[in-house]
Amino acid sequence: MEFLGLYNYWVFAVLLMTGMYAVISRTNLIKKLIGMTIFQAAVFLLYISMDKVEGGTAPIIQADLPGQLYSNPLPQVLILTAIVVGIATLSLGLAIVVRISEAYGTIEEDEIREMDGE
Amino acid sequence: MNALSIHLPALQVIIPLLTAPLAALLRQRGLAWAAATASSLCSLAVAVSLVAAVRNGGLQTYAVGSWEAPYGIELIVDEFSALLLLIVTGASSAALLVAHTSLGKEIAADRQHLFYTAWLLALAGLSGIVVSGDAFNIFVFMEISSLATYILIAGGPRRQALAAVFRYLIMGTIGATFYLIGVGLVYMMTGTLNLADMEARIHEASDLKPVLVAGGFITVGLALKAAVFPLHAWLPNAYTFAPHSVSVFIAACSTKVFLYVLLRFDFFVFQGNLPGHIMQFSGFMLPLAVAAVLFGSAIALMEKDLKMLLAYSSIAQIGYILLGASLVSATGLTAGIAHMFNHALAKGALFLAVACMGTAYGVLSIEGVAGAARRMPFTAAAFVVAGLSLIGIPGTAGFISKWYLVLAALEFGPGGALLIAPVLAGSVMAVIYIWKVVEAAYFGEAPVAGGRAEAPWWMLSVLWAVVLLNLYFGIQPMLPLELASEAAAALLDRS
Repeated sequence: MEFLGLYNYWVFAVLLMTGMYAVISRTNLIKKLIGMTIFQAAVFLLYISMDKVEGGTAPIIQADLPGQLYSNPLPQVLILTAIVVGIATLSLGLAIVVRISEAYGTIEEDEIREMDGE
Repeated sequence: MNALSIHLPALQVIIPLLTAPLAALLRQRGLAWAAATASSLCSLAVAVSLVAAVRNGGLQTYAVGSWEAPYGIELIVDEFSALLLLIVTGASSAALLVAHTSLGKEIAADRQHLFYTAWLLALAGLSGIVVSGDAFNIFVFMEISSLATYILIAGGPRRQALAAVFRYLIMGTIGATFYLIGVGLVYMMTGTLNLADMEARIHEASDLKPVLVAGGFITVGLALKAAVFPLHAWLPNAYTFAPHSVSVFIAACSTKVFLYVLLRFDFFVFQGNLPGHIMQFSGFMLPLAVAAVLFGSAIALMEKDLKMLLAYSSIAQIGYILLGASLVSATGLTAGIAHMFNHALAKGALFLAVACMGTAYGVLSIEGVAGAARRMPFTAAAFVVAGLSLIGIPGTAGFISKWYLVLAALEFGPGGALLIAPVLAGSVMAVIYIWKVVEAAYFGEAPVAGGRAEAPWWMLSVLWAVVLLNLYFGIQPMLPLELASEAAAALLDRS
């Protein structure tokens, strides 16, 4: 039961490691960015999971329903900001990949390294 | 004046943040540069007044939008943050003063206004990290400054800049995301994001394990951002291939800002709450710091490229700062924090000298600048003096913090005396790698004959102003030392 209760957090951990593995193991720069996005998405899930109150509804205060139980809105707001940051990072990353492909003619990390003579 | 002075912590962020779109709208490179420089100098003035305010009246706090902490976002400036603000705004101002000439060769004139916009955003982000007292707010500022820094570095003239910045982007994002995970875990257990409130509430948590995990995530994430060995892989190429003026800016301040957040979390938030945390911190960081000093210096010995050499030396200097901090004593922390300031002065001056050489030389390798002392005598002389400060020769700023580091190590008896070995070894290696450049510049045969090609006088005056500050703070070290020792006392007073 405890395992099921922590279901979200297991998904978080698996996603986090999947993303990290993709970032480390792939040489294609776009795939690295995909990995990075999965990695960040895992953290969004962590924040969204922690704000859930059992039996709680959306945090909208309604006059005809006094004393209603609602989920904590703060992590949702935080993660909205983090999602925006994530999108900005991803788009900047993609823009750099475009420039790299123009400058090197490839987006494979090992080929770029070879061309730079590292 | 009084009405304005209470808003100083907010102005520190708002001035560059508001000038950033202005620079983009001006569209003309001269005007955009003037706006950026004026804004950066204003920020420097704000930082100086904050230092004065902190020294006279202690902690400066500011409730953003009049929402009181812990519910609203609180800006806090103490001695530690005041010193960091001085480093950030000073580095930005010095670098911008030379940027107009230096960038002319590196970035197309019709894009420079956008470049200055990114610069101001980076400045706003770095200042924001330092003044903010809210964990999530720090994350947002961290990402603002990082994204802007990626743009600045990608402006480098060679294509390797792009590969370097991609690596930095991936590693920087992983570091920031680790930090975010850590903050999330602490929030889960405490329900607060305000650092001071966090500190007061962690002990109420029913289980300390998530907080311990959070400590790990935050420490590793920030160490990645601060390029602590062995997480430094992004740094050398990023410093090397960035435009020269950007190298001055980021090499002088960006890693130090992340070290600042690292120390703030580990000492302010976790020290009193997690039993044995500081001992774990020390046991984890001390070997890394020693390794950073030895490794960074050793690689710098072998480097041929001038900027690459200075970048690896920066990794070693980060090691010195961390070494001081991981001794967890008043003297050690004072040494580490003062070294942030002194290293910023020395490395800023060295990169400024490189920027000056960049006006005459295309390839900045050691063979490439051979004979530079005859073509640009003032730049070469400045490089020598700044190099002496980096090595830590008495009479220069670099000596003061290294001296304190040695004193701090000696406090630990014979075991501590062993720590002096890497400190001295690092300095000896610094003598050698700085000498390699000096030897080439003064005694090397110039590959191409050329007459005097000294950098423009205003670049030289900025360079020499920073060099003279190195000497001034070597003889009159009271300002950074007092701020550093107050900061160290505040960091330790938590158990």
